[in-house]
Amino acid sequence: MSKSVVDVPPKDGFSFDLCRRNAMLSDKGVKPPSYRKTGTTIVGLIFQDGVILGADTRATEGPIVCDKNCEKIHYMAPNIYCCGAGTAADTEAVTDMVSSQLQLHRYHTGRESRVVTALTLLKKHLFNYQGYVSAALVLGGVDITGPHLHTIYPHGSTDTLPFATMGSGSLAAMAIFESKYREGLTRNEGIQLVAEAICSGIFNDLGSGSNVDICVITKGHKEYLRNHLLPNPRTYVNAKGYSFSKKTEVLLTKITPLKEKVEVIEGGDAMEE
Amino acid sequence: MTKQQANWSPYDNNGGSCVAIAGADYCVIAADTRMSTGYSILTREYSKICKLADKSVMASSGFQADVKALQKLLAARHLIYQHQHNKQMSCPAMAQLLSNTLYYKRFFPYYSFNVLGGLDNEGKGCVFTYDAVGSYERVGYSSQGSGSTLIMPFLDNQLKSPSPLLLPAQDAVTPLSEAEAVDLVKTVFASATERDIYTGDKLEIVILNADGIRREYMELRKD
Repeated sequence: MSKSVVDVPPKDGFSFDLCRRNAMLSDKGVKPPSYRKTGTTIVGLIFQDGVILGADTRATEGPIVCDKNCEKIHYMAPNIYCCGAGTAADTEAVTDMVSSQLQLHRYHTGRESRVVTALTLLKKHLFNYQGYVSAALVLGGVDITGPHLHTIYPHGSTDTLPFATMGSGSLAAMAIFESKYREGLTRNEGIQLVAEAICSGIFNDLGSGSNVDICVITKGHKEYLRNHLLPNPRTYVNAKGYSFSKKTEVLLTKITPLKEKVEVIEGGDAMEE
Repeated sequence: MTKQQANWSPYDNNGGSCVAIAGADYCVIAADTRMSTGYSILTREYSKICKLADKSVMASSGFQADVKALQKLLAARHLIYQHQHNKQMSCPAMAQLLSNTLYYKRFFPYYSFNVLGGLDNEGKGCVFTYDAVGSYERVGYSSQGSGSTLIMPFLDNQLKSPSPLLLPAQDAVTPLSEAEAVDLVKTVFASATERDIYTGDKLEIVILNADGIRREYMELRKD
């Protein structure tokens, strides 16, 4: 028989198998599940000898803060880092995947990774998924060709910029950059400007909050300043503390080893057939 | 076919949390002062607490335009009451008036979530808690608004209230002293601000007791 009985899905390209089902479900009022979105402020800028990336550390799920101190600056290569905004799982998965592809590429070529390589891998992946992988990224690094800064949108389009912002706090942060950025900033000026842009997002955007993370990448060197600023300490702590009475009754404290419950047959023809 | 539904809503949610605690001879009413919409802060200094009469204070979250209209209506009704009876309205009377006012708009409700605190005719602390259409209950403590789901279980744990079904009827007021109640309010707001994005900036506390009315403020996280 030359033709197979069962229709085999095509080897590559998209699978639209579930589209009709999903349209039917949403017509009937079924809500798709919600994801952990990092309503975020992420920024980056080029200074006189490299790139500085910055991020806040709040992760939200609707109106609730689910992580007060998360890491949004992801490792891509020793000389390349990437800030992620959007669905937390997507930003993490996409940066991890590309970072391992970069590592394999380095083993193959024996050379330092280039920022454009990371950029191409990321945009290829995101374009493939037509914006359904909701990762908005700020990619920065220093390679053989010098410092580079890019933004990548969830649909796969990219920008090459001297300074960039992304996430729900991008407008607040861009307001700072537009008024204060100039070419040839020193390292300290750069860090200060990035911190100010992130703080602007933290205080004026409800999706962003907590602390400031910064990553400075220069030729052959990088510095990850985790929690560079902590501008939001807890405002009130009760001096006496609170006690919570333990009301749940403990039913059993005796531990019965599993061995007593299971009959172990030694030897025998365990491997028969 | 053209669009049939309205693409504009008369309602918004401006967030914020309110708490009230009643004691034997005092009442503490507190709310944060952040007003927001979506992911933006509209102002960091908006008082959600309104003095309706000498011994009744209302804290409201939800849609602040509706809250403003509600406060205005209650003030007008209270002015008429004063002219007719030559006295201030008692807190339980104000509670019933608020319920009636909310239910009057049963099918186009005020989008406001209120707690009313004050002192009753014996000088005992009282708290009344509401839904948007006027269902209300006298309780010992209550919380409303965006952070209420975080605050209420903590209050329940710290201030076990007697069941309203118990006979003879138990007193609902909490056993705390006034200072302890203020301290508890500060703690619950500091905690709610940590996890609720719509609560923050500043805490306004109003304390009612035999001496009169007192206001306190405490800073909250501003992120």
